[in-house]
Amino acid sequence: MRDLPAIAVFALATGAMTWVVDSGVWLNFMMMALYAALLAQSWNILGGFGGQFSFGHALFFGTGAYVQAIAQVNFDINAWVALGAAVLGAAAVGAAVGALTFRYGLKGSYFALVTLAFAEVFRILAVSVGFTGGGVGMMVPLKESIANLQFSSRKGYVLLILGFVVAALLVMAWLRHSRFGARLQAVRDNEDAARAVGVDPWAVKLGAITLSGAFMGAGGAFYVQVFQYIDPGIAYGPSSSVEALVAAIVGGMGTLWGPLLGAVVLHALADFTRNLFGTLPGLNLVIYGSVLVLIVMFMPRGLAGLAGQGVSLAHFWRSRRGPGSA
Amino acid sequence: MLEFGILFPSVLNGLTTGAVYALVALGLTLIYGVLHIINFAHGAALMVALYAVYLLKTQVGIDPYLALPIVVAGMFVLGYALQRGIVNRASHGKDENILLVTLGLAIVLENLALLVFKSDTRTIDTAYTLTTVPIGPAMISAPKLVAFAGALLASMVLLWIVTRTDLGRAIRAVAKEKQGAKLMGIDVDHVYAMSFGIGLACLGAAACFLLPAYYVNPQVGSGFVLVAFTIVVLGGMGSFAGALVGGLAVGVVESLCGLFLGESLGQIGVFAIFIAVLLFRPQGLFGARV
Repeated sequence: MRDLPAIAVFALATGAMTWVVDSGVWLNFMMMALYAALLAQSWNILGGFGGQFSFGHALFFGTGAYVQAIAQVNFDINAWVALGAAVLGAAAVGAAVGALTFRYGLKGSYFALVTLAFAEVFRILAVSVGFTGGGVGMMVPLKESIANLQFSSRKGYVLLILGFVVAALLVMAWLRHSRFGARLQAVRDNEDAARAVGVDPWAVKLGAITLSGAFMGAGGAFYVQVFQYIDPGIAYGPSSSVEALVAAIVGGMGTLWGPLLGAVVLHALADFTRNLFGTLPGLNLVIYGSVLVLIVMFMPRGLAGLAGQGVSLAHFWRSRRGPGSA
Repeated sequence: MLEFGILFPSVLNGLTTGAVYALVALGLTLIYGVLHIINFAHGAALMVALYAVYLLKTQVGIDPYLALPIVVAGMFVLGYALQRGIVNRASHGKDENILLVTLGLAIVLENLALLVFKSDTRTIDTAYTLTTVPIGPAMISAPKLVAFAGALLASMVLLWIVTRTDLGRAIRAVAKEKQGAKLMGIDVDHVYAMSFGIGLACLGAAACFLLPAYYVNPQVGSGFVLVAFTIVVLGGMGSFAGALVGGLAVGVVESLCGLFLGESLGQIGVFAIFIAVLLFRPQGLFGARV
């Protein structure tokens, strides 16, 4: 695959940076930007490649987070095993919700609203049932060791989340070049036409939402390992859905590098304003919301689309100068 | 066995809440159901209207009911400007873009409120806040009764606008056949913006009726968004009668679920209806099959 060398370079360069960088501020920035990138990549698999806009990705995020916390606290399961269970659990919720909603042909705004409603139902359930700790939330006890998936330095967390981000990049590269990916994009662009040439839209979308759920669940599990706390509002509230969606759209839907680019840019922007104005509640999201509106208004293809335009402009320029002069 | 004395007040309470829900949903029906503009910022706009009522009461000393014309006019202007200035420009003719841009607006409005007002929940004190009226075995708070009557009245006004005025005819024409309406000399962009403005004006009225018996905080709108969409979908897209009945029904369901399932789990009823309707009867109660 053509994308593999670029992904390998990114993985090695970021990994090497983690090795070299010692400043806690920078490691924290890398960790949070990569974490946001993972959420955006998850959204991109379903929303960007599949054209199904979810407003309730917190559904998968929260499920991953709660599986991770409950497995450790209530069942004393090893954190690495719990991580696997969290990913599978979120994928299973994705498959279940997808099977139901796509079976009944929900798309567009209906799909966006129904995912949001599912996230709300799960939030209310998480407040109401006993094993989630209710509205008080759950604490995962601090036991720093690699076997326990709790690292003494931020570097461990950066490498862990980098692993997930690279895995998501590989999946999206596969979507770009595989049969399944071609079917998924065909369904996005014109579902009726895709069906006419023998694609089963239900199965294709189901695959996409399951994959998307798995990565979002990984993001939720990662959150629990880093912050060692989860409550229904964090898990199933709208903020992780919004973060995933905005970064993916700002970066460029349906592109390989867009979600990563969007997440890094948004995080840099958020950090910059925090340095300027101090920590004010809501300021981050005001910026995210404004950037979302501006991008949809003026740059519907996102930042990656802009970069793509730059590339095609360069091509155009080179071809005008003729092959010999390059 | 359940006693009438418990059930009756609960249903009555649900009806009064439902009437305000219906008014909120009627605004959305006009925007979403008729013109297919997916206004995800509907709840955030209601929050803005609630803060306007709150500020008028606490800073200027205007009673919420007297503030009605000011808030309704203000919300209309806001809606008209938002649609013409932002939503219409960002749509590029695609529904998904409207969905995203109104989501962006909702995020901005909600968090601006959080920046300015902090996350405190605020209420206002009026002479009639705690007044109750006995109806049969139930005691219903007076502001809720006023809200019930006001919401019904406002719905009638809205219905009259849509069915009996030139503007209403233009709106229905644009909803049915945009190109044709344009050829007949209707300014389509203006009609869209007017509808959006009227939809938000409904929220202004709803806010004036709500606040004496309710509260406002930056997140208050997000609870209403799904409720309003639930009602629009339940009643059938674009059906005004459906929105009215749907609103009352959702109010009663919410109240009864709270009674049977308890305060926290009770909220689940509305979302369960929403999911069930979308899955099994997407055309709603009063809508034609699409």
